[in-house]
Amino acid sequence: MAGIVFDRVSKRFGTAEVIRNVDLDIAPGSFTVFVGPSGCGKSTLLRLIAGLEDITAGTLLIEGCPVNDVAPAKRGVAMVFQSYALYPHMSVYQNMAFGLSLAKTDRRETDRRVREAARILQMDHLLERKPKDLSGGQRQRVAIGRAITREPKVFLFDEPLSNLDAALRVQMRLEIAKLHRALGATMVYVTHDQVEAMTLAEQIVVLNAGAVEQVGAPLELYHRPQNRFVAGFIGSPQMNFLPGTLAAAGADGVAVALAGLASPVPAAVAPDGQAAGAAVSLGIRPEHIVVGDGVAAAGPHGRIALVERLGSDTLLHVATQAGHLVVAAGAATKARVGDTIRLGLPADACHVFAADGRALARRGATEA
Amino acid sequence: MAIPGRSRPATAAFYAAVAVIVVYTVFPFYWAVNSSLQTPQELFDVTWFPFSFSFGNYAHVFDGQPFGRNILNSVFVAVLTVGISLALSLTAAHALARVRFRGRGLLLLAILSVSMFPQVAVLGGMYELIRSLGLYNSLYGLVLSYMIFTLPFTVWVLTTFLRELPRELEDAAIMDGAGPWTTLTRVFLPLMGPALVTTGLLAFIAAWNEFLFALTFTLSDSQRTVPVAIANFSGASQFELPWGNIMAASVIVTVPLIVLVLVFQRRIVSGLTAGAVKG
Repeated sequence: MAGIVFDRVSKRFGTAEVIRNVDLDIAPGSFTVFVGPSGCGKSTLLRLIAGLEDITAGTLLIEGCPVNDVAPAKRGVAMVFQSYALYPHMSVYQNMAFGLSLAKTDRRETDRRVREAARILQMDHLLERKPKDLSGGQRQRVAIGRAITREPKVFLFDEPLSNLDAALRVQMRLEIAKLHRALGATMVYVTHDQVEAMTLAEQIVVLNAGAVEQVGAPLELYHRPQNRFVAGFIGSPQMNFLPGTLAAAGADGVAVALAGLASPVPAAVAPDGQAAGAAVSLGIRPEHIVVGDGVAAAGPHGRIALVERLGSDTLLHVATQAGHLVVAAGAATKARVGDTIRLGLPADACHVFAADGRALARRGATEA
Repeated sequence: MAIPGRSRPATAAFYAAVAVIVVYTVFPFYWAVNSSLQTPQELFDVTWFPFSFSFGNYAHVFDGQPFGRNILNSVFVAVLTVGISLALSLTAAHALARVRFRGRGLLLLAILSVSMFPQVAVLGGMYELIRSLGLYNSLYGLVLSYMIFTLPFTVWVLTTFLRELPRELEDAAIMDGAGPWTTLTRVFLPLMGPALVTTGLLAFIAAWNEFLFALTFTLSDSQRTVPVAIANFSGASQFELPWGNIMAASVIVTVPLIVLVLVFQRRIVSGLTAGAVKG
């Protein structure tokens, strides 16, 4: 087990700065997931840990030792690639034993480790096959097995499931979680898939344009996003944002005036130094908007422009006077396109973001 | 048998065109075989089929001249040229395809432009070079000079092929602790079979058939390669061209090439189309 520390790490390709001054602490034995939009630098960050890219500035420590100048194979890390990157001309066994044979590991020890990895991943019967004779899921297993045989302190996964179909992805996701429990090694995982991030991670790192936006447990990011970017990135469907101005700011909460609404919408957040009159945006998740007869007449209302029935849920796209809102209305809703609907925005579900994107601290928001 | 979706006349025209192309490409070689199997007297008539099947020309090729030695010379030169070319171009291609360095594009263009000079243009300079190295009238001199046209070609093809191999494969090898040499020899090389066979074979054919350098840089009959030896065949008198012998010798030296191509046929096709489509 090994912890990883980024100490003001930067990476430049020519003049483009792809990683900016990242400070990050990854606890030993933890499961950390890097998420972010494409091009945010999450894969580069992973490749910096692996040593496949050189660090331009700052220090990277693994187990407390600076590894900036340590060769990838000597860092005690193993990596699983998106395309699996199996050696096509070698059998499964040879693929898994290749690293060990280069490290001049004793033949019997190599054999023991390969068979142990094969047993963990339940692919004993595949050892003599070539990669081309394997299915996508099996190839992924071999790629993971190749990492296991090296008995690394840190496992790195670079979008390992994105080439698999949906059903297999769910299954492999569970297996990786199981593997983490069984091996207890530090795992760092890059994905753009929110569900993978939320279900696998103990700690999620949200990246944007080469910088860390927020680090935290999955539900912490969901309930207490520190800024508008994280709020919009975590959660599916995306959080709604409505432009407005701060109508009142007090110790027990604020109220946000929205276009076309007679009375301001109260939100249970601390003013954080923002005074009445400041431009803010009000954020609320689709699943937190209340629909139905009990809703106060003061809330936004509008025509339903689009209905998406997902089976387990129904998404209503509503054009209100305050702006466009997506509402998760539950599977049973009878709402149809063209209906006029009245919406409620509960004060304790509202997020408020200052003009610079920073979130105003929420009061009493639960972690669960 | 009509091709689906085409009328009978169109199909007939198609096969007629195929027949024309086959005759056009195969006829010269057939004519050589035909002539080689005829007696010198028969050669004066146009016969479309060698009724006598006289193998005298074949036996005669090895009489009174070191033609066997010439064949061995050709084999030696061609094999050595191919071997050295592939070894050099493989390492060069690894650098050109996988290592980022300043002037890489320029270097590739320079290599390509070398191959554009006609052989005659470099003949004089090459002659001086070979003489100063003490390789005149030596097979090693031929090997050295042949690499001037085999290397640009093999470097380019192998560079292109290496570029097509996925980056993550190299990353995986690095993570497994492989250095550049191990990555090249144990990960990339086994995947490059088709490219190596194709480029190697084309380089072999070029070296095997080369005439101008072989004529210029060798002097004695025992150092000659096959194309020059055939051109130097002389008849019983100054006025006789030993046509049957020349044809027999040509057939003898062409057959190995055809056999080679047939043996590697499937790999050549996959080598020539490598990189055209993914997978």
